[in-house]
Amino acid sequence: MSAMQAATHPAGPLPGARIGRSYGAESGSRPADSSLASGLGWFSIGLGLTEVAAPRALSRFLGLDDHRHLIRAMGVREIASGLGILSALPRPAGWLWTRVAGDALDIGLLLAALGYTSKPGRVLTALAAVGGVTAVDALTGDRLTRRSDSDAAAATGASSIDLIESVGVMPGPSEAYAFWRRLENLPLFMEHLESVTQTDGERSHWVARGPAGKRVEWDAEITRDQPGEEISWSSVEGSQVVTAGSVRFVREPAGRGTLVELRMRYSPPLGVVGALAAKVLGEDPESQIKEGLRRFKQMLETGEIPTTEGQPSGRKRERLAALRRHEEQRRLEQGVGL
Amino acid sequence: MKANCWYGKRDVRVEDVPDPTILNPRDAVIRITSSAICGSDLHLYNGLIPTMQAGDILGHEFMGEVVETGSRVDNLQIGDRVVVPFPIACGSCFFCQSKLFSLCENSNPNAWMAEKMWGHSPCGIFGYSHMLGGYAGGQAEYVRVPYADVNHIKIPEGVDDEKALFLSDILPTGYMAAEACGIQKGETVAVWGCGPVGQFAIASAFLLGAGRVIGIDRFPYRLRMAREQCGAEVLNYEEVDVYEALRDMTGGRGPDACIDAVGMEGHLPGLLGAYDRVKQALMLETDRPPVLRQALLCVRGGGTVSVAGVYGGLLDKIPFGAVVNKALTIKSGQTHVQRYMQPLLERIVAGEIDPSFVVTHRMSLDEAPEGYETFLHKQDECMKVVLEPGRTTDGNGRAVSGFTGPY
Repeated sequence: MSAMQAATHPAGPLPGARIGRSYGAESGSRPADSSLASGLGWFSIGLGLTEVAAPRALSRFLGLDDHRHLIRAMGVREIASGLGILSALPRPAGWLWTRVAGDALDIGLLLAALGYTSKPGRVLTALAAVGGVTAVDALTGDRLTRRSDSDAAAATGASSIDLIESVGVMPGPSEAYAFWRRLENLPLFMEHLESVTQTDGERSHWVARGPAGKRVEWDAEITRDQPGEEISWSSVEGSQVVTAGSVRFVREPAGRGTLVELRMRYSPPLGVVGALAAKVLGEDPESQIKEGLRRFKQMLETGEIPTTEGQPSGRKRERLAALRRHEEQRRLEQGVGL
Repeated sequence: MKANCWYGKRDVRVEDVPDPTILNPRDAVIRITSSAICGSDLHLYNGLIPTMQAGDILGHEFMGEVVETGSRVDNLQIGDRVVVPFPIACGSCFFCQSKLFSLCENSNPNAWMAEKMWGHSPCGIFGYSHMLGGYAGGQAEYVRVPYADVNHIKIPEGVDDEKALFLSDILPTGYMAAEACGIQKGETVAVWGCGPVGQFAIASAFLLGAGRVIGIDRFPYRLRMAREQCGAEVLNYEEVDVYEALRDMTGGRGPDACIDAVGMEGHLPGLLGAYDRVKQALMLETDRPPVLRQALLCVRGGGTVSVAGVYGGLLDKIPFGAVVNKALTIKSGQTHVQRYMQPLLERIVAGEIDPSFVVTHRMSLDEAPEGYETFLHKQDECMKVVLEPGRTTDGNGRAVSGFTGPY
């Protein structure tokens, strides 16, 4: 996935702008591993059900005394592992390791059973089978674990975050472009921005509220400016915040106006931990960008941003305020002898 | 000002609250002269709509007089008499331009909530939960109207409030439900629910060429109105098996179109009805859909089921197999009121339609809680309650001006 790989070079050029994003298949999900994991999940459930349903028959088969409670418990554990794997697909790495742990337990118990079974041949066969399955479990678990690690590294390890969002607006590309190109307009719809000041034709100074209300500032320059089509910018070298963005304006068919696509890459000031904290606090960049584009559309199409802030309600605080205002008005009226 | 506020299930109270003010350049403030309680307000009253907050001002069917306009409203004058449509539309987005006003992309400040629930957000609506914008409603002395240049229709002198008021919601809603049926001349339409929307759907179906309309309800006074005022044949579902009756009335084929004018709180006698009530109480389904189920089973093959009643969430045991195997069409939507106001007003002015026949109760704003109770329990043959904030009871039932506030 090109966007993810490019992320390892924080301030590098954005991947070739194209409309639409790619999902799923490219994100490194190798179908073979997932279907193997799925098979192992069903195997767990099948074996578990046998252990739960016919513990005595199983004991007899292995030439052991009646261990039905132990075998039932093992069955329940198998079923739990199986359900866990199936419900966590396509990334069940953690649950696969519970299978490996279960395999180890099974092997231990079978080895202990070798000491007093009346049918050692069957126990040995069972040991061989469990050993084989353990190898498959461990191999699959290992591959899935490595993959989710590398995904995580691609997304966050380089301390930079990539975002793509788009919105459809009715005005044509040139009008949409012109509104965005006046960079001073950006804080009107990007709420986390306090101000953007154009310092000269290409350069601008940005002030934003970072996580936990922390103020951050940086200088950016426009790296590409195609009137009516595209604006790209990035923070200048040595900035406190490393960020790059690009917005494209593409005419939509059938009189549907313009598709506005925003791509942003930035390195959160407090790194990945800061980004996660922001997400918990509901200040995550993805929803900020999404809501920002929504407000851009609202400003462009209606000239205002809809709000209910400041409207009346029957909540206690507002009712008390109303009461105070009435009192004040009455006093005023009495004061001037009305 | 005074406003009717929601505080919880079956708990509404008229309280003193601050007056609304202009918050955006395209706002206007209206002094309300008439404001109705809608059947869908009863869903709020019964606590079935999520994201309500204690203190929210209710009401989405209202009209009145313009008292203040924002700097960018250039087609309204102070003193203009207007009806305000319940869906708030911006007038300029893709959906508004396509005349699908209730899908306006810009008017819901809490669009993200609705997106979580439905995938995409519809427009904002007055007094109808925070998921739909959290806008203060019009069961009050004053209301703020966003994008007021789009969201109004001026009412000429000589047209009474009661004739014009229902342009705000239920008249266009009944009309759109019938229009969605694509009625061919002489066809048969069945309408579940003979409340005000059902009555207007029946009348509209005839207006659009239906040969027969069959009204279905359980309250004799509602069935009587459907028969006498709107010319429908009627079925009381507590007395007859609706499916059998509709078969018998249509040569076994079923009605050409069915309209669900009931929505999420449908009643069903017997065990299945109890089943839905239990599931709804346990939050295993959000809506009770017996009417929708029955309509899908009753309608003829290739027919249309038009859903005007409000559903909000997840419905259980919908016979979708009937949709596929009988080749049905389902139509629905919050009403695109702005699309219908002008043509319907013209019919009202011309005397072709007089929607005021549904009004059974006129009350002062202070009596709103009583109005909700009366309407909910169908006491006193209640069909439609109209609140008049200007009306205070002086003992002789005479209207006395009772406005407070700065205007």
